Amino acid sequence: MPHRFDRIAASKPFVFALCLLPLAWLVWDTLHSQLGTDPVAQLEHRSGDWTLRILLATLGVTPLRLLTKWHWLSRYRRMLGLFAFFYASTHLTIYLVIDLGGFWSQIFAEIAKKPFITVGFAAWLMMVPLAITSTKGMIRRLGGNWLRLHRLVYLIGICGVLHFMWQVKSGNKIAVREPLIYLTILIGLLALRVPGWLKRWHTSRRSSPARAAVNAKAA
Amino acid sequence: MRKSADIPPSEITPETVYRGRRELLKGFALAAPALLVGCGRHSDADASASPASEPTPRPELKIARRGQFGTTEPQTSYQDATHYNNYYEFGTDKADPARNSGRFQPKPWMVEIAGHAEVTGKFALEDFLKPHPLEERIYRMRCVEAWSMVLPWVGIPLGDVLKRFKPTAAAKYVAFTTVERPSEMPGLAYGVLDWPYREGLRIDEAMHPLTLLTVGLYGRALPNQNGAPLRLVVPWKYGFKGIKSIVRIEFTDQQPRTAWNESAPREYGFYSNVNPAIDHPRWSQSTERRIAGSGFSLLGNRVATLPFNGYADQVATLYSGMDLRKYF
Repeated sequence: MPHRFDRIAASKPFVFALCLLPLAWLVWDTLHSQLGTDPVAQLEHRSGDWTLRILLATLGVTPLRLLTKWHWLSRYRRMLGLFAFFYASTHLTIYLVIDLGGFWSQIFAEIAKKPFITVGFAAWLMMVPLAITSTKGMIRRLGGNWLRLHRLVYLIGICGVLHFMWQVKSGNKIAVREPLIYLTILIGLLALRVPGWLKRWHTSRRSSPARAAVNAKAA
Repeated sequence: MRKSADIPPSEITPETVYRGRRELLKGFALAAPALLVGCGRHSDADASASPASEPTPRPELKIARRGQFGTTEPQTSYQDATHYNNYYEFGTDKADPARNSGRFQPKPWMVEIAGHAEVTGKFALEDFLKPHPLEERIYRMRCVEAWSMVLPWVGIPLGDVLKRFKPTAAAKYVAFTTVERPSEMPGLAYGVLDWPYREGLRIDEAMHPLTLLTVGLYGRALPNQNGAPLRLVVPWKYGFKGIKSIVRIEFTDQQPRTAWNESAPREYGFYSNVNPAIDHPRWSQSTERRIAGSGFSLLGNRVATLPFNGYADQVATLYSGMDLRKYF
């Protein structure tokens, strides 16, 4: 059935455009001076918010696919992941070029000394190899290692949410609510994976290494 | 009807007398009640761009002196200065104070003076301030969150006011308390800080000519979101030291407990002098983002933070011999 109309492939440009909407909105607000008194902070917060949202959406694909049996969902996963990387890079660029500006070298001290910047930068750094190895050719070349490498996304999620939580003024129980929502969703998405991990761990202990590799691939 | 500038504190009207003649003082040019502000929530489109174009403009203040310790740096716009505030009693978002302070009644206002002084008691704000000519001071305001503004305050050197109460030798510190009115301050419903807000200064800091007991901004009485009707401005310290809506001033012999310091002692010291060399545990204090001018600009807003916020010549001697890393 090679000539059947591929609805997923056809819908991808729309999903792509949808993922660009937050950026378009941000650019619009910037050009129309709708960013309020501290536009730089707004640019940082909004680009950061969308990075986390899309990252969590990416992490949501697999659990949702398994719950609903809508296996076609996984075909959007790469695009979502790459958009998370795109927004993370935008976020970092805004911080470096617009916020720090002439004081850009301050970023080294910040990465070294400020835990919230450290984890944020680490999250972005870990996304780089995932983005580079997201092509079909790379997936093929890396084989089983591809999956192992891309498990970094869980750590990226954790670092991303910590980055958000730790920049909130301590003692500010109101402001910490929003990052807590992201944390709750992240924990939920990770928790949904635990039964699968346990099952695979059990089977791999009882079966041959070759069998374990097959199991891992099936995940 | 200004009287001589040095009324002895004993002549300051106590509360009981004041209450009886409050009607007479109705016309006094401080802090008109925000009659029509009500619960109106203004969108950005109709937000006021100048103090005079407010729905209920604040009374203009009679300014006797201008320009002391001034700066020529561009001033923050009135719109920004009144719509980007940290005043958690009205909410923790920067836009909350402007949005949620409409019901706040800064008049009538009483200030209690307590502790180690010869003259103590409760005083009406009008009487409290009357002997003093008002000054305009254009100061840099550096927030601990690493942003800053340039603001034209109107007030009286705090020391001039405090001296009238004759603090005794036991008065080593001055403690300040913000009003606590849950019905007018929706933010108090949340335990963000241990209310009421409290701040404090060492007595020599309080008596320093830069320390301004402030009643106005941009030539008019303080808007509610900026700490009406009476607040502190200590330009060489981080902004949170500038306690708002003051109802109590106490001369103490012990270092007062202060709200932010209690909440996170490692992050907010009692002194909290602006110091680019000492970072906040979570962010750098070496530079700051200047929120100034009225034009929209994205680039080039970051400036280097100066020791004591640029007032080192005036205040550095207050701390000579002190380890500023320990007493941050």
